Formats: sequence, C-alpha cells, structure tokens
Amino acid sequence: MGPARVEVLACRWSLAAAVLLGLTALAIAGEIPSGERRSGYQFMSRETRAMQDDDTSNPGLLWVLEGAALWNRKAGAAGRACADCHGDARAGMKGVAARFPALDAAQGKPVDLEQRINRCRLEGQQAPALAWESKELLALTAYVARQSRAVPIQIAVEERMQPFLDAGRALWEQRQGQINLSCSQCHDDHWGRQLAGNVIPQAHPTGYPVYRLEWQGLGSLQRRLRNCLAGIRAEPYDYGSPELVNLELFLMWRAGGMPMESPAVRP
Amino acid sequence: MANALVNVPAQARRGEVVEIKALVSHPMETGYRRSQTGEAIPRDIIRQFVCTYNGAEVFRAELHPAIAANPFFAFSTVATESGTVTFTWTGDKGFALTESASITVVD
Repeated sequence: MGPARVEVLACRWSLAAAVLLGLTALAIAGEIPSGERRSGYQFMSRETRAMQDDDTSNPGLLWVLEGAALWNRKAGAAGRACADCHGDARAGMKGVAARFPALDAAQGKPVDLEQRINRCRLEGQQAPALAWESKELLALTAYVARQSRAVPIQIAVEERMQPFLDAGRALWEQRQGQINLSCSQCHDDHWGRQLAGNVIPQAHPTGYPVYRLEWQGLGSLQRRLRNCLAGIRAEPYDYGSPELVNLELFLMWRAGGMPMESPAVRP
Repeated sequence: MANALVNVPAQARRGEVVEIKALVSHPMETGYRRSQTGEAIPRDIIRQFVCTYNGAEVFRAELHPAIAANPFFAFSTVATESGTVTFTWTGDKGFALTESASITVVD
C-alpha cells in the first residue's frame, strides 16, 4: 500500500476520532491499572493471532532470517561482522531489545535499538549508517528483537534518564495537531472502543518492529508513531528526532513487565 | 532479502495427511498504482506457485494482483514415500525462486 493511500486512511481515522471524542461527554483521564493492561495482540482477530503465533506464517520472520545473514556478514572498513564482537545473537542478544531505549553514556541521552545498531555500524564496523526503515536496518533490528521474545520489558530509569522519560510523558499527554488530540486521550481513556472499523489499542510497543498488514511490510515503532501523528494531523517528527525517542522511551517504560512479541503482526 | 520460508514435517507415517506451508517474500505490486510523481508503477507479481512431491505435482496456484505482499500458502498432501518436496514461484520481471525440503516416511 502506497503512502498516498495510508494518508487517506489516516485522515479518515482522525475524522472518526474527532467525532468519537466529541460525542463523549466524560473523558476519564488517567493511567491504565496494571491488571487491565492489554497487548495489541489481545485486540486482534483469531486469524491475525494465528498468523503471528506460527513462525512459518509470520512474515516478520522473513526479515529475521535476513537479519541473521546480516549479523554474520562482514561490513565496513573495519571488516567486522556483528558476530565478531557480539558472538551468537541467540545468546548474547537475549533480552537486549526489552531494555531499549537505553541511556547512551557518551551522548548523555537515550537511544533506541535502531540508533544503537547504527552506532555499532559507524564506530565498530566503520560502515555508513543504515537508513531508517531500510530493509537492512529493519532486518537487523528484527533479528535482535526476536531474541527477546517472551522477555518482560524492563526499562532502567536512573537519574540521568528521568528528564527524557518526563519529556516523553509530556508529549504523550500534550494535545497536538489540527484535531487537537493527545495520545493519551485515545490510548489511555478510550482503549477498547471503536475508531472507524478498528479497536483502539492501549499502545504498548511490545512487538516492534511489527509486520503491519496495512503496510504490507515490516516497520519500526517510529514509523508507527509518525503514522499516529499524521492521523491527528500534526506534523510528524523526523525519524531519529529526540521527541520520537523520548516517546518510545515513555511507551516502553509504560509497558514495563509485559512480554516482548517481536516481530509481531498487527492489522 | 530472505526469500522463502517453507515448512514440511521432517517425518511422517505412510498414508498420513501432512500440512505443508510456504511463505515467500515478494512486494506483489498490483500495477494499478501511481507513484507520487504520477507515473504508473508497473505490475510486479508472482504469477504461479507450484509444489511437487518427488516430481509429482501436488499443488498449483495462479496468483493475481489482488493478492497481498508476501503470499502465504498452506495446504495438505498424503505422505507416500520419503523424498523431496520442491516449491517453485515464478512471476513478472523474470522472478523465479525454488526451495525444497525433505520428508522421511516411516511405516
């Protein structure tokens, strides 16, 4: 499905969102109690769940396979493969994706998994960074994230991370765009209700990168966030911008304890 | 791009009905879309999928533009003898891909 079509869909959703929220007299703001947290998986149809559950029908595994090949392929001026430093990803990368975004001590700010992989490309392999949403970057991310399947999300929030987490939360609660909606108004206050033909999920990023049926391909959490921003008719932040990373950080922190599903399938 | 994922049970009893699954990586570009600058994007789809079991055809499908990207097929056959199950996808722009898997049949 092309970008134009996606935009049309996004607009339709956002109009529906405006109507839905307009009609709702009482909006109870607030966080979702831990007992009521649901992965997007639990809102999916039986068929889509089956597609995710079986590794031979989950198309995300095509990227995982590609990522496994890239992991062992030498790249860059250093002539090193990921495996030369990190060894077997099935052991060394277990649980890693469940801890990202994580603090990058050198930069003094959080980086997400894609940025961390690209730092390795630049510094370790001395190879050019991979472009956002490129097949290679998605494949490597999917391969690393696959090793954390079923591992509970655990974001370490220490003192230096707190301001970024707070900034992410502020963004989550901030109304924006022509439709003047915040993320929280849909995903905290109205999850489980219908937005056009779709159920509003709670926005727990448990399965990224995800194979989205609407995209007919794999995509990162940042792509999904930009999608939502276009939906509320806000100008999406650029890939890799601090705003998106802060939001990713907040969302992963908010989903703390939920098991990873990467690569998940979503409608 | 990793090209295909096929799944055939490694072992089966003679006469058992076995499920075979095949997932292939392909954009399945319909040919009906236009790019952002208005040019028609040429059709690029898989036209045919064939599965043979020790050389005998057990499944064949014709694909059309309405089929989603990364087509997935699941079907069944009867395990008759040990051997090789071969999968072939052919399509536009000279697309041709073959994968195979072996199956052992026990009495």
